[in-house]
Amino acid sequence: MIGIGHYVTVSSILFVLGVLGIFLNRKNVIVILMAIELILLAVNINLVAFSAFLHDLTGQIFAMFVLTVAAAEAAIGLAILVIYFRDRGTIAVDDVSHMKG
Amino acid sequence: MIQLLAFYLFAALTLAAGALTILSRNPVHSVLWLIVAFFNAAGLMVLVGAEFIAMLLVIVYVGAVAVLFLFVVMMLNIDFAALRAGFIKNFPLGILLAAVLLAEVLMGVGVVQGGALQLGTPDGSAPVPAGAQNIEAIGAVLYGKYLFLFEVAGVILLVAMIGAIVLTHRERKGVRGQNIARQVARRPDEATVNMQPDVGKGVSL
Repeated sequence: MIGIGHYVTVSSILFVLGVLGIFLNRKNVIVILMAIELILLAVNINLVAFSAFLHDLTGQIFAMFVLTVAAAEAAIGLAILVIYFRDRGTIAVDDVSHMKG
Repeated sequence: MIQLLAFYLFAALTLAAGALTILSRNPVHSVLWLIVAFFNAAGLMVLVGAEFIAMLLVIVYVGAVAVLFLFVVMMLNIDFAALRAGFIKNFPLGILLAAVLLAEVLMGVGVVQGGALQLGTPDGSAPVPAGAQNIEAIGAVLYGKYLFLFEVAGVILLVAMIGAIVLTHRERKGVRGQNIARQVARRPDEATVNMQPDVGKGVSL
């Protein structure tokens, strides 16, 4: 039977995949943003699974708030990406030093 | 039995799509794999009875976020080959760190599964009501106990929307826009001119 351990295992593997994605695609900020989405998805799976197995709805409510923040973060991140690309003509982020004084 | 099968199918597809998201050469393929991962994660959530969050995942992530990613990837003319330069160099270290992280997390899961550590118990503040559908129960909690957090979530989305517009908006030079005040203030005597040009000569306005 499926237990909480199965779900936590899946979500922790997904979380590690997201972290690995940030490591591997250090220059490509679009893939970094997608990796962050993967991490948040892992968090959501975790919240929903605990909510279901503990018979408490709070986890699902907070999964919704995580979803909200993820959508806002993607919108702002992509907007910054667009203006950065307009300014520099590339999205390589390993040498971003625009904001140093 | 069918539930077990569905769980392993959804879990395997989620993880495979997640791996392909970060390993694809082409970011468009990455976005498409991300969509596959979201769909299968929604399947996982349906399996534990959280239909509303599953539908929300499909609508918000696939319908809005992934399409936004797709737009940006396709609109910007980016040389993706150059961006993969450090991929091979970072690979061993990344795998090593990921393996360490995964081992640590799974050790925690193992400790709980082994019974050395007990899971917390819910405080009973938002129990699942008997006989109510998932969306009904969520609505009762969301618009009751978490009403203010719900409104704050709305404000966050508003700020994100305004922020994205302010960030990407730019004044264009040399655009002849409509000047409504000038249009309204125009009178016939300044808008029309009587002329009597010589035959064969044009009129210069």
